[in-house]
Amino acid sequence: MANARTLQVTTPTDREIMITRSFDAPRRLVFDAWTKPELIKRWLVGPEGWTMPVCEIDLRVGGAYRFVWRKTDGAEMGMRGVYREIVAPERIVGTELFDMDWTGGETVSTIVLAEQGGKTTLTQTVLYSSKEARDGALRSNMTEGMESSYARLDAVLVTARDTKGAA
Amino acid sequence: MTSNHLNATFAALADPTRRAILARLASGEASVMELAAPFAMSQPAISKHLKVLQGAGLISRGRDAQRRPCRLEAQPLAEATGWLVKYRELWEGNFQRLDALLDELKAGPKKPASTKR
Repeated sequence: MANARTLQVTTPTDREIMITRSFDAPRRLVFDAWTKPELIKRWLVGPEGWTMPVCEIDLRVGGAYRFVWRKTDGAEMGMRGVYREIVAPERIVGTELFDMDWTGGETVSTIVLAEQGGKTTLTQTVLYSSKEARDGALRSNMTEGMESSYARLDAVLVTARDTKGAA
Repeated sequence: MTSNHLNATFAALADPTRRAILARLASGEASVMELAAPFAMSQPAISKHLKVLQGAGLISRGRDAQRRPCRLEAQPLAEATGWLVKYRELWEGNFQRLDALLDELKAGPKKPASTKR
């Protein structure tokens, strides 16, 4: 069961990243948790020290959403988008654009919820504007597929630190 | 940490030759000639890679006009991996909170204010 909950990351096409994760709950609840501001604010808050003061959702096709996260030191990060498809409780398609645009332009996110035996498998596919934009985002994502190259990088870092420390 | 810094760092790390150069420099400074030796590459080709690494702040060059030894600068790498670790923690943290929230929702939907009198 622990394995089923592990975040899986794959690249189905040149411009996409797909994330899969299982949840021990019916999809109606998972859908609520992804679409109701009072519920989203309770989990989509990021690392320690961050809160989500702004979570506005106009849940209809063509409706906009706006998320803003704030750190205790006052730093802010925001993103916005527009819903393109909503099929409760199984599918949400929408655009995404971070204020700092670290994804090389707008992306399109498709969330699909599949329920079996009271458990829900969530699949989120993010479509990037180009292969370069996708690869840039992928390089900056710690995923299983990248584990080997980053393990190598880790080794470089450890040696680098030791060398620095000894110098 | 700025996003431009990270872009430069990751772009520099995207090339296997440049990663091999960094790995070599992790064990101590080296001249261009010494760095070129293990590769089937000309010194100018290696120099190009060194410029990219230098531009990303991953290495620095000594002042000695003849040798100009290259040195590894660990800080940008530490920033890059620090950010990666944070990204992973962020999603793991988010989804673990979502697990807890879903457990709570399953246990019994709290009736909103409408049921209160």
